[in-house]
Amino acid sequence: MIHFVLLISRQGKVRLTKWYSPYSQKERTKVIRELSGMILSRGPKLCNFVEWRGYKVVYKRYASLYFCMCIDQDDNELEVLEIIHHFVEILDRYFGSVCELDLIFNFHKAYYILDEILIAGELQESSKKTVARLIAAQDSLVEQAKEQASTISNMIAQATK
Amino acid sequence: MAGPSLMDSFFQRSLDDLIKGIRLCLPGGEAAFIAKSVDEIRREIKSTDSQTKATALQKLTYLHSLHWVDMSWAAFPAVELSSSSVHSHKRLALLSASLSFNPTTDVILLLTHQLRKDFSSSNPHDVSLALSTLSSISTLDLSRDLTPELFILLNSSKNFVKKKAIAAILRVFEQYPEAVRVCFKRIVENLESSDMGVLSAAVGLFCELTVREPRSYLPLAPEFYKILLDSRNNWVLIKVLKIFAKLAPLEPRLAKRIVEPICEHLRRTGSKSLAFECVNTIVTSLSEHEPAVKLAIMKIQEFLLENDPNLKYLGLQALAVVAAKHSWAVLENKEVVIKSLDDVDVNIKLESLQLVMAMVSEDNLAEICKVLISYALKSEPEFCNEILGSILSTCSRNFYEVIVDFDWYVSLLGEMSRIPHCQKGDDIETQLIDIGMRVKDVRLELVHVARGLLIDPALLGNPFIHNVLSAAAWLSGEYVEFSRNLLELMESLLQPRTCLLPSPIRAVYIQSAFKVLTFGVYSFLSTGDDASYPSELTDFVLKEDFQESSETVTSAPISGADLSNGLNPRSSHPSAGNGEDPVIAHEQTSSASSKKQQLTQKSVMDLVNLVEVNLGPLAGSHEVEIQERASNILGMIGMIKPRIHSSMDESEGDRIKRELRASGMMKLMFDAFSEELGPVSVSAQERVPIPEGLVLKESLSDIEAICDHIKLPISSSFSLVRSHSLNNATTIHEHPSKEEYEPSSESTSLLAEHRKRHGIYYLSSENKVMISDDYPPALELKDQAIDEAEDLVKLTKQSLDLRKKRNQAKPRPVVVKLDDGEGAHIVVKKPQLKDDLISGAVREVLLGNEAASSSSNKAIKKREKNELNIDRPESNITMTSTVASEPGNASSRHKLRISGKEKKRSSSGKEKKEHDHKHNQKSDRIHAKHKSRQRADGTLNVAAQSPVIPDFLL
Repeated sequence: MIHFVLLISRQGKVRLTKWYSPYSQKERTKVIRELSGMILSRGPKLCNFVEWRGYKVVYKRYASLYFCMCIDQDDNELEVLEIIHHFVEILDRYFGSVCELDLIFNFHKAYYILDEILIAGELQESSKKTVARLIAAQDSLVEQAKEQASTISNMIAQATK
Repeated sequence: MAGPSLMDSFFQRSLDDLIKGIRLCLPGGEAAFIAKSVDEIRREIKSTDSQTKATALQKLTYLHSLHWVDMSWAAFPAVELSSSSVHSHKRLALLSASLSFNPTTDVILLLTHQLRKDFSSSNPHDVSLALSTLSSISTLDLSRDLTPELFILLNSSKNFVKKKAIAAILRVFEQYPEAVRVCFKRIVENLESSDMGVLSAAVGLFCELTVREPRSYLPLAPEFYKILLDSRNNWVLIKVLKIFAKLAPLEPRLAKRIVEPICEHLRRTGSKSLAFECVNTIVTSLSEHEPAVKLAIMKIQEFLLENDPNLKYLGLQALAVVAAKHSWAVLENKEVVIKSLDDVDVNIKLESLQLVMAMVSEDNLAEICKVLISYALKSEPEFCNEILGSILSTCSRNFYEVIVDFDWYVSLLGEMSRIPHCQKGDDIETQLIDIGMRVKDVRLELVHVARGLLIDPALLGNPFIHNVLSAAAWLSGEYVEFSRNLLELMESLLQPRTCLLPSPIRAVYIQSAFKVLTFGVYSFLSTGDDASYPSELTDFVLKEDFQESSETVTSAPISGADLSNGLNPRSSHPSAGNGEDPVIAHEQTSSASSKKQQLTQKSVMDLVNLVEVNLGPLAGSHEVEIQERASNILGMIGMIKPRIHSSMDESEGDRIKRELRASGMMKLMFDAFSEELGPVSVSAQERVPIPEGLVLKESLSDIEAICDHIKLPISSSFSLVRSHSLNNATTIHEHPSKEEYEPSSESTSLLAEHRKRHGIYYLSSENKVMISDDYPPALELKDQAIDEAEDLVKLTKQSLDLRKKRNQAKPRPVVVKLDDGEGAHIVVKKPQLKDDLISGAVREVLLGNEAASSSSNKAIKKREKNELNIDRPESNITMTSTVASEPGNASSRHKLRISGKEKKRSSSGKEKKEHDHKHNQKSDRIHAKHKSRQRADGTLNVAAQSPVIPDFLL
């Protein structure tokens, strides 16, 4: 099972965190500090796994971002690497050659996409197409709502409530 | 505080503005900016306009998830907004809930209704959103209240909803195991789904559950087996393999069935992750199947030879798993493994180190250690210490099992402590002393190694090896008879740079100097005039000087105990008459020239002066340990010096008197030090019979009245003189052991007092406590040893004899081991309650036992079983119980295993019997039904007697 997902920039800035196991806020910051120290200091061309507190952390660097996932001892590292790659490909497809800034300004969308891929720490959708279709469908729902909300009459109605 | 105005809504900062603002902040100004933004958000979030509220919540969620801003105060707005009809608002609200809520969030209950509504929404996206949220924030209440809705969703016509429901239900099971009863069957049905997403979710769920408690899921093996054969989806296959890796060890026949399909996947697949999973499953769970293991090792070799560091790392890891049972696998790949010690990646290096250590045997130990030390010398500090640590732990494993040549090992220890990065001082210290005590034959070499360490002033500057030095000092004091040059040894023990040592270690140095001095002076005196003094006089001297000797004796075990980490103080092992014998023998062993050198009056005088000059200042030290020991030595020197000094110009009478005093005292002192320290079994004390007349059960509260008037000498004394007078005043005529009794009886009475007052906090069995409190100290002067101590001696001797017998056949030196599992750890497994509950419920559903209330009960009820059969008629299920173990023609190993299982499971026998009985009747019937289908190779009976798996598999 995946215990948490972290996206950390090369400078150590956190870009996304998703926790599938209970960690208190204090633990979370500690975990991130520990792991970013461990992972960012590792050179290129090394293996993508680190042992950490009895867990394994699988990470992979894409451009300036490190995608990290923490898994159990007997989980399959290569599978998790594939999940990371899967996630990155979907992000790439959605944003159109994704970059760090996309994720910064659309942090919520990154979460929505992640939620379509992982649930309760398990991979739930292995088809990129399906994820893309679902996200697009949800976005269109949002667009409809926005159009409705931004009509002038609606705004006046809101304001004079 | 002004309410949110229209202006706020119009000029509200968007998320983009906020993020840009943060990015534009100068270093250091970020916190202030965020604080300001949070203030804004606090205002905005109260807005009646849902758009304004949503934006505020979105900004706050951003700050919370990436800048750790507390947003527990905004839980209510999130709940409020989650009921919005606008999908994007709902989505934001639920996102913020799933990121920020925790089980203590009180408004979480307000969400129940909204989630329930969403679960039955016609918009599948709402449903999916609600499911994701539930999976992140499920609590007991939420889980319980929403179970009925989830049950409906498990049958949803939309696969993408169904699969999310299956995945989310794991969290519900964790919180609310009762849900298993309701939902389990529907989930099992989904194992046959044709939709990949649903199947994958179901398999994933079972994978998680199986890892926690595999046994309950054995009955589902046929379903998993089918997936293993039919599925071509790697994600699903990996999960199924994980499930089988847990199930196979429980049921050998299952392993037989799955081995071929797994090998088939391994041969066929091009996917590295699937191949790795196959390899993993084989090496962890199917290691008895030789051909499969061979195939797996071939695959591992492929991994190792690839350039991909990931594959190399995983290959080494897999090899480490195989190594436990198939050490040839490692030897075959020896080259790659040893080369990997030089890899750029620390993780790979560590793995290969572990493997190298797995290859160690008696024959290649020296060679491997040589290679490793050379790697250690050129590695960076961290890895260097990893290497040293693993050498130390491998060599000391099971009482130095792999070591034949202890001389070599001891010098290796010395060498290791000189490696510049070495930080393993603690371990080396422990092992040096441990070996010294356990292996007699190696003491000469030990003293030699210790000398090398002690005389090097450079080593004193390295705090990491202070502990090693402490061991070296202790060894050269304890086994001083092996030293070639006492003066040199003394010089190194007292060299000026010893002031760099921490005081406890310095105290060891001084104590060792004491031993060396005692040895030197005693050998001088005893050879100088072959003692023929009258015995009464000796006795007189003995009594007179008793205080000093008891003093030294009491301080000796302190240092000994400190050093040897819990090994007991001296056992009074050498008996009275032969106190001198070992000395003489030892003296003969040391070279003749050095003996002469030791024994000239001048050299002894040099020795004494050296000590006096160096320790003089330390008598005023602020460290009690140092001060006390220094004073002890100085006191002794004060007594013996005149004797050595004036051996020529003194009147006959004085001379004799002094001489007798001095040599009598020295003999006592020497005897005290020459008693051998040995390892003592942890249970030694328990084996000592309780002395007659000692009533342990009796309350000790009245002891205070008895002890009250006795003024206790508090922790001996700071100087020899003071202790003398103090003891004179109180207990000089008493039995010596009394002195040692008192502190303990005082503490006992305090303890008793405490127990009286806080009785409820004490454990009820007082036996052990009392024994350890009241048992006479293990250390006794042998002349005054009381009966109990003699018993102890006998015991020690007995166990020593036993050991000798056992080790006789071995060519290597005797390593003293205690025969009762020294250092054995009792691991108490903590049961995980929640998991137990889940698996209990699962068993009940699968095995259909309504009556059983506890998870450890397993039984079968006919009615429910039949139901299951009806559910899946094509899978020919014969439900049988795991616990049945009647003799049949099942393989003997299997029977053994099962009975082992039974032992572990401490469920009530009666109930079980009853169920077994029922089960037998039933399985007989089933037999009759399926007889035609069963194979003729004898599995028929097996299936009837002790099976777990439906006969579809067997």
